[in-house]
Amino acid sequence: MGLESWMPEGVLTTSLNKVVTWARKNSLWPMPFGTACCAIELMATLASRYDLARFGAEVIRFSPRQSDLMIVSGRISLKMMPVLYKIWEQMPEPKWCIAMGACASCGGIFDNYAMTQGVDRFIPVDVYVPGCPPRPESVIDAIMKIQEIVEREGPRRAASARTNPGPELPAPTSRS
Amino acid sequence: MDGLQVVEKLKAAMPEAVHGTGEFARQHWIETRDNRAKGVLRFLRDDPELAFDALMDLTAVDYLNQGMPERFGVVYILYSFKHGGYFRVKAWVPESDPKIDSVHDLWKSAPWAEREVYDMFGIVFRGHPDLRRIQLPEYYTGHPLRKDYPLRGMGERDTFPRYVREEGA
Repeated sequence: MGLESWMPEGVLTTSLNKVVTWARKNSLWPMPFGTACCAIELMATLASRYDLARFGAEVIRFSPRQSDLMIVSGRISLKMMPVLYKIWEQMPEPKWCIAMGACASCGGIFDNYAMTQGVDRFIPVDVYVPGCPPRPESVIDAIMKIQEIVEREGPRRAASARTNPGPELPAPTSRS
Repeated sequence: MDGLQVVEKLKAAMPEAVHGTGEFARQHWIETRDNRAKGVLRFLRDDPELAFDALMDLTAVDYLNQGMPERFGVVYILYSFKHGGYFRVKAWVPESDPKIDSVHDLWKSAPWAEREVYDMFGIVFRGHPDLRRIQLPEYYTGHPLRKDYPLRGMGERDTFPRYVREEGA
């Protein structure tokens, strides 16, 4: 193969930072927080036509403990907020967040009492994707932007911390 | 049984409970008061000729500043499988004491609908077995379908903890 002929000793020296960064940016494991129609576009992005696997991000993990990229795709109501926190808190650092679509970014057309006006009011968002819903190309662009952030920040990434105590939210409940 | 016959029968049986009647597009209804509503509804269900055995819907309307007898109208939409007719009962509920008797023991479809009315309008249903919010989260305060409730809420949508990432750490 090409690499061996280019590097006959079979050894490549580099820095640990570069290796870690390279591994991270090419193996983003998304946690799909899909609550609305944006999630449909997200599924299209992952499927064969747009093929997010080309960017190493095809391993959708439905467990937040195994993922490092939260894609909030859809509107987040007040009732959904405890779930959002639960999932964000369970994701291990380092983690990134994409606010996909108008609702996740700013509330979209749902400017009412039941709907939060953008998840960036509550959790740190790295990349916003405009659109209602965005095209899969936009999502791929957002993933590439995340990769750029990963590359720029290197292995050192600040953890996200709760700043104001706020009210203790009850645990998500499944009662009728 | 025709809607008009139902109205006439109710007027004859319990004249003190019928506070008003109406008709639109050949649909008849009666208006009653909060303390009389359950008696009227029980009569409509149990009378063998009327036999309104199904509560199709239970909801409420806020008539704020509309010159109605009271601010809230709790609406019961009944259906009879026996004679295939609908009938509507509206019970006026005052703003100062928004309470009405629950009809959970008359129709099994009532409890969830009553919970929704309680959630959205703050009307309390006396005797309800489990009067909790049904749609909004338990930590929500206020009743957003009231006409004097602001569309964007009273700040509920911003009272959540905030996570930030410290820059340059």
